[in-house]
Amino acid sequence: MLADKDRIFLNLYGRHGADLESAKKRGAWNGTRDMIGAGRDWIIQQLKDSGLRGRGGAGFPTGLKWSFMPKEVKDRPHYLVVNADESEPGTCKDRDIMRHDPHLLVEGCLIASYAMQAHACYVYIRGEYVREREALEAAVKEAYAAKLIGKDNVHGWDFDLYVHHGAGAYICGEETALLESLEGKKGQPRLKPPFPANAGLYGCPTTVNNVESIAVAPTILRRGAKWFAGIGRANNTGTKVFCISGHVNKPCNVEEAMSIPLRELLETHCGGVRGGWSNLKAVIPGGSSVPMITAEQAETVLMDFDALRDLKSGLGTAAVIVMDQSTDLVRAIARIAYFYKHESCGQCTPCREGTGWMWRVLERMARGEAEHSEIDLLLDVAGQVEGHTICALGDAAAWPVQGLIRHFRHEIEQRIDRYRSAKGLYAVRTPAVAAE
Amino acid sequence: MTKILIDGTEVDVPAEFTLLQACEAAGVEIPRFCYHERLSIAGNCRMCLVEVKGAPKPVASCAQQVKDQRPGPNGEPPAVITKSPLVKKAREGVMEFLLINHPLDCPICDQGGECDLQDQAVAYGRAGSRFDLNKRAVEEKQMGPLVKTVMTRCIQCTRCVRFVTEIAGVPEIGATGRGEDMEITTYLEASLTSELSANVIDLCPVGALTSKPYAFNARPWELTKVESIDVMDALGSNVRIDARGPEVLRVLPRVNEEINEEWISDKTRYAVDGLKRQRLDRPFVRKNGKLTPVTWDEALAATAQALSGDPARIGAIAGDLVDAESTKALLDLMRALGVQSTDCRADGAAALGKGPRQGWLFNTTLDGVEDADALLLIGTNPRTEAPVLNARIRKAWLRNDLQIGVIGPRVDLTYPAHHLGAGPATLRELVEGRLSFVETLKAAKRPMIVVGAAALARADGAQILRLAGKLAAAVGAVKPAEDWNGFNVLHTAAGRVGALDLGFLPGPGGKDAAALVAAANAGALDTLFVLGADEGALPEPGKSTVIYLGTHGDRGAHRADIILPGAAYTERNATYVNTEGRVQYARRVVFPKGEAREDWAILRALSARVGKTLPYDDLAALRARMIAEHPTFGAVDYAPGAVDAAAFDPAALGEEGAVSDAPFAPAFADFYLTNPIARASQIMAECSAQAAARASARTAAE
Repeated sequence: MLADKDRIFLNLYGRHGADLESAKKRGAWNGTRDMIGAGRDWIIQQLKDSGLRGRGGAGFPTGLKWSFMPKEVKDRPHYLVVNADESEPGTCKDRDIMRHDPHLLVEGCLIASYAMQAHACYVYIRGEYVREREALEAAVKEAYAAKLIGKDNVHGWDFDLYVHHGAGAYICGEETALLESLEGKKGQPRLKPPFPANAGLYGCPTTVNNVESIAVAPTILRRGAKWFAGIGRANNTGTKVFCISGHVNKPCNVEEAMSIPLRELLETHCGGVRGGWSNLKAVIPGGSSVPMITAEQAETVLMDFDALRDLKSGLGTAAVIVMDQSTDLVRAIARIAYFYKHESCGQCTPCREGTGWMWRVLERMARGEAEHSEIDLLLDVAGQVEGHTICALGDAAAWPVQGLIRHFRHEIEQRIDRYRSAKGLYAVRTPAVAAE
Repeated sequence: MTKILIDGTEVDVPAEFTLLQACEAAGVEIPRFCYHERLSIAGNCRMCLVEVKGAPKPVASCAQQVKDQRPGPNGEPPAVITKSPLVKKAREGVMEFLLINHPLDCPICDQGGECDLQDQAVAYGRAGSRFDLNKRAVEEKQMGPLVKTVMTRCIQCTRCVRFVTEIAGVPEIGATGRGEDMEITTYLEASLTSELSANVIDLCPVGALTSKPYAFNARPWELTKVESIDVMDALGSNVRIDARGPEVLRVLPRVNEEINEEWISDKTRYAVDGLKRQRLDRPFVRKNGKLTPVTWDEALAATAQALSGDPARIGAIAGDLVDAESTKALLDLMRALGVQSTDCRADGAAALGKGPRQGWLFNTTLDGVEDADALLLIGTNPRTEAPVLNARIRKAWLRNDLQIGVIGPRVDLTYPAHHLGAGPATLRELVEGRLSFVETLKAAKRPMIVVGAAALARADGAQILRLAGKLAAAVGAVKPAEDWNGFNVLHTAAGRVGALDLGFLPGPGGKDAAALVAAANAGALDTLFVLGADEGALPEPGKSTVIYLGTHGDRGAHRADIILPGAAYTERNATYVNTEGRVQYARRVVFPKGEAREDWAILRALSARVGKTLPYDDLAALRARMIAEHPTFGAVDYAPGAVDAAAFDPAALGEEGAVSDAPFAPAFADFYLTNPIARASQIMAECSAQAAARASARTAAE
């Protein structure tokens, strides 16, 4: 369990003020000038040494990402874009950061922008996040008033921060779709390459980072890369905000060490699974897009990128969705499939056509109104979507279906059998004695 | 150049090639729907997926460049595999997804037989369908009289969206909705305001956008396909004309990178239904004030009679759509009769035709527009006078940051332009260096000056031509050392340059077109031979005998006293010279209507009647004579461009003198109705009515 002294988000639950004074008391904006004085190479090296991996889902090393930006600003300005379009079902970590600890984010934006020689940063906030936008805007206003950011600020790096409110499309959380949307276009992912570090916002070098990745950066620099790297296990270091929802006694957001065992996470912070651990059926460990794992796997798995990848699942956004024995898994996945069908941008063929097909088949399967052969068909269709699309939404739509079939194929089969026998669609095998 | 392995074969291609282009270079076919050479890359159909060694997933070959590929572990060139099971499965998967919501109504679809989806489904798809749910249906969209929509068939490749946005410059098609509810629409259910709109029909890889006038008319395998030349404007766009029996059914563009790339205007494509209406299919002679059908014998006798008088009281005018052969035959006949009053400039642009040939050509060439970095348009609106050229200008503006100045009416050209002024006074100010745009022209590496034919058809046309020439010289638009000639005349009539090249101009003591009509109205002319001239002025009724040789019952025929029915451009083998001075051959697709004959043959028969038999009995002999006397006709499909640039001399252009302050007028009132064929076309009439309604429609705020 993470010691209180090692927590980065000291106001995750909003028990204290979110204003500048309170944030300063908790350590924000402390020594920022010195960090900037130490130079951008030092900042990027610290980030690399800390082993911080992107908190948006893919887990790409943040320091490495920052180092991809051109070394010198040439004819085009550099931009930092913060992805606050947190829409993955089950995920609400950025929400609490922006509500209660917005100054860590604002400070992180300044430092990251300095490290990448950007004078402007855009925070793209999810359309539904109205209170969060207000909290963040208030913090930005305070920071401007205190000359912490803006022109001729006390840190000596001219820096403007703009908060942009999206319109509530899941796909705008994909980094290139976010850039399109920010430019005022329809939010559809771009082809890569060129990658944003080359040609991003308005064709200029751009880095897109998750809120949490940016918000933890100042504390890492303050306390040293070594401290951060000392938490968790190799290649999966630091602290992480987990969002636990579903069938636990006390759903919550909690900052914990990476690589904490899932069982420990649930039992320490969430009061355990509803009805006891034996009542657990399955867990979606990283937001709706990753494949589910079974109760047996959940028993021992560590909550980090590599351990979950080994189980053919993923840490994703660390949004743990717990499902107990009362859960209708087929219906649950059908609902998730509907979400992806609804949020597909429609640009490329496999996702546009495949998400709807998968959803419709699953809807019938949830009622049992299907054939056994359709399970393999569904798996095949999911495979035809996965890896064939422009962005990762195709993968995100396919994985939950694959996870369901991988672990709970028997449940679908039973559902189909029960439906068919109730309808009398084919003779139910009856014991031979009954005929006598 | 970069080496890359395609299915084990090494090819050496430019580094900026896409993988798809590299595969084509290696002779490997890659299926595709959204990819199109002339449009931006969308990468959304996913049909072109290939396997790249070392990549975790299949990659869209249209969207990745050769230079982005990593070499192998031992430094061997990157390897692309297109025949692996992975690729086969990926293609089958994408094809299945494309087809699940496609209605598969090929038997009632006009695209059948020339459909990319059909062809690729056969080549790359699975044998059967695994989808047994209901298919999605999409409401039809109204796209005007030219484009028929069956949007259920749409596969959302967005080619049409990219064409209208990028090439046509009217962003009026887009996609609304998302996911499987995404629909391609014109937003307001209105026809496109572009003159190039129907090209989306050719671009559409399925039957979602098809040709409305051609709907349910024919299957592609029933058609006779002839490669020919368009005459609706002076560009000489390359077209393929499809006919069944005696009827021309449709016109499609043919690729010619130097002229029309692969676009044609809506008029080129759809005016052909005018070839079936208002046709002159037998000779007529005016008797007692009424045009009466007669036999050829009578008609030729009457014509010979009319041409038997004093040659000084006879004249001839050639019109817009005439081919070089009939112009030559008429010129030879008139000169044999001693007639000197011949003129092809029926519009009144009397300054053209004097001096060297570059004085009336588009010397930069259409292809050369792409190299220009500054452009001045004088009294011309290329959007209506030459829509395909306008797309080229737009392309240059998009790619080279071309600076464009306009003198003339303020119009929407689909790209931003500096409006410098409305009339020739502005041109004079430019020549005198009093406007800042002259600095732009001077600073440009390859400046262009384009004078519209309509600007030269004014009373002060000769002076305007001189001014334009002076400006070209002053700003250095003609650079022989750099193989650049930036002085251009943009014609609107397909036959004009050919007739000018042949010297169909007043001989010694002869009258020009305007003088001929004036003389006729004054009673000083007995006979006027009108070769397909319907646009310019004609003598008043009763003044002189007008012989009209043409195809349609249009203005010329209404005024005529003798009508000799000729062949339209689809009905004869003929030579046309486009505005660049490029000689091209139009080919016969169908036979002339009824008793109509090819124009040169009528003139040859007439020459025998008047006792001045022309020295050629067939088209080959006529062409041979034409080439012998005018060697430019021997260089087929060749645009002279800047070869004579060194001899450029403004003093040889037009005349010195004052210009009037009257603003330049548009070349024609209605883009859709510029010649007898278009005026006889119902489709053009519909387009014209719709454009007029659009222009007068009130918006909500009014």
